[in-house]
Amino acid sequence: MTATTDPVARNEWIACGWLGQIRPGASHDTMVLGQPIRITRKAGDGYRIAEIGEDGAEGRELPVQTRYTCIFTTLGEPSRPLPEIAEFDEPDRIVVGCGNVGVNTSPYRLVENFLDMAHFSFIHVDTLGATDKTEVLAYRTEHRKDVDEIWAVDCTFFQPAASKAVKGGQMTRYQYRVMSPFSVMLYKNISEDSDRNDAICVFIQPLTETRCLAYMPMAIVDNENTAADIADFQQSIFLQDRVILENQRPALLPLDPTYELPTRADASSIAFRRWLKAMDIRFGIYEKQAA
Amino acid sequence: MTITLHDYSLSGSCYKVRLMLGFLGLDYDRRQVDFYPGRQHKRPEFLAINPLGQLPVLEDDGLVLRDAQAILCHLANRYDGGGTWLPRDPARFGPVMMWLMFAGGELMAASSARLHDVMSYDLDIDAARRSARAAFRVLDDHLTHREIDGATWIVGDHPTIADLACFPYVALSGDGGIGHEEYPAIRNWLREFRKLPGFHAMSGIPEYV
Repeated sequence: MTATTDPVARNEWIACGWLGQIRPGASHDTMVLGQPIRITRKAGDGYRIAEIGEDGAEGRELPVQTRYTCIFTTLGEPSRPLPEIAEFDEPDRIVVGCGNVGVNTSPYRLVENFLDMAHFSFIHVDTLGATDKTEVLAYRTEHRKDVDEIWAVDCTFFQPAASKAVKGGQMTRYQYRVMSPFSVMLYKNISEDSDRNDAICVFIQPLTETRCLAYMPMAIVDNENTAADIADFQQSIFLQDRVILENQRPALLPLDPTYELPTRADASSIAFRRWLKAMDIRFGIYEKQAA
Repeated sequence: MTITLHDYSLSGSCYKVRLMLGFLGLDYDRRQVDFYPGRQHKRPEFLAINPLGQLPVLEDDGLVLRDAQAILCHLANRYDGGGTWLPRDPARFGPVMMWLMFAGGELMAASSARLHDVMSYDLDIDAARRSARAAFRVLDDHLTHREIDGATWIVGDHPTIADLACFPYVALSGDGGIGHEEYPAIRNWLREFRKLPGFHAMSGIPEYV
């Protein structure tokens, strides 16, 4: 595809690489929103990102930020900054990225899968869900207008093994936070200390409308496992999700509320779709064909 | 005596060995290798164990073995008292070896397609999918003949290490954008394999086939 002209999508910060992916002095070609880009790691540290023109030459230079183990850029003029996630600054946490994982679907299907608790008992059997405990208890959704984010709060779900650190089943408390159309995270209460939540993010790089790379930075409270163990657990969970994600049709997200029928457990998805509709985003959205 | 498996959860080749250890009821220690994104299997410490820089590696009583197919042969040879996983009679030994080599050879194109789609490996994805489909065609034709003969498994009347070695990358092929629609005999065989006592799926194997 060619680069999207949708100003709403262009004005978001988008993850496009992970720290450590590119050797000093080397460059890596990739794509955001249909726009080919080249990321060059400078000799010291720091990155330079430029659009690649149809002739293969580097064109317009793009803004760069590095944070949360990822490299971010934007094609437009971002109206919102990168989200603040304080957990990543706490020195006793294990901060781990998982590289990126390719998924052939639209970015919003990834966000919705991440928000969904109803699939835990069927897709993540014996870890995030149990086949005999499938109920999604009522939770609340909020549109926090001061930061323009969607939150789902007071979420609880029974989990046989909620993380690499947990031994035995528990009712896990969650909070979900959608920071942009292409970034979502959760806070998950694992430890005895109810103030210390694991923070797990998914930043999505839409290559095209139906091809994405997903980055999963995490800031975890865990004194026993290594970063590699934690990444392995998270990757195993994500590759279970990937199967159902790539089988959802249409891959593009319908915003017409009559197209897919939600249940009460889908309250966060309903809030997310309303929010996308209100911001009038077009990239990756399923448009009904005229009869 | 301890068996140690150098393992990565998302590796289909490691999964072959995990399945075999499970079917044989063997306990083992697991060494987590950060294959992706860490590429720990290419670092000097791991190359000292396997100079080819590949997973899995099995350590067993002083032996250090690489290559999933070789490890399956070792485990069956040493621990399968009944001899059903690796039959020794002339009518079955050769065919089991033949399909074992196929699993480590032609079928690995499906692994390449998966590495491309999941972990952004830079390779010719069309060529990988084409080669994988050609291999699936060969396996599906063979399994169709077996069905006509009233048989279920690739060789003989029991599952062998040939079935075990072929299963992972066929079952995981959806991860690389290769569906099973065109391979009805493969689909039947996958279902039978999943019914084996001690079977466990790995991430990426569709739960509802």
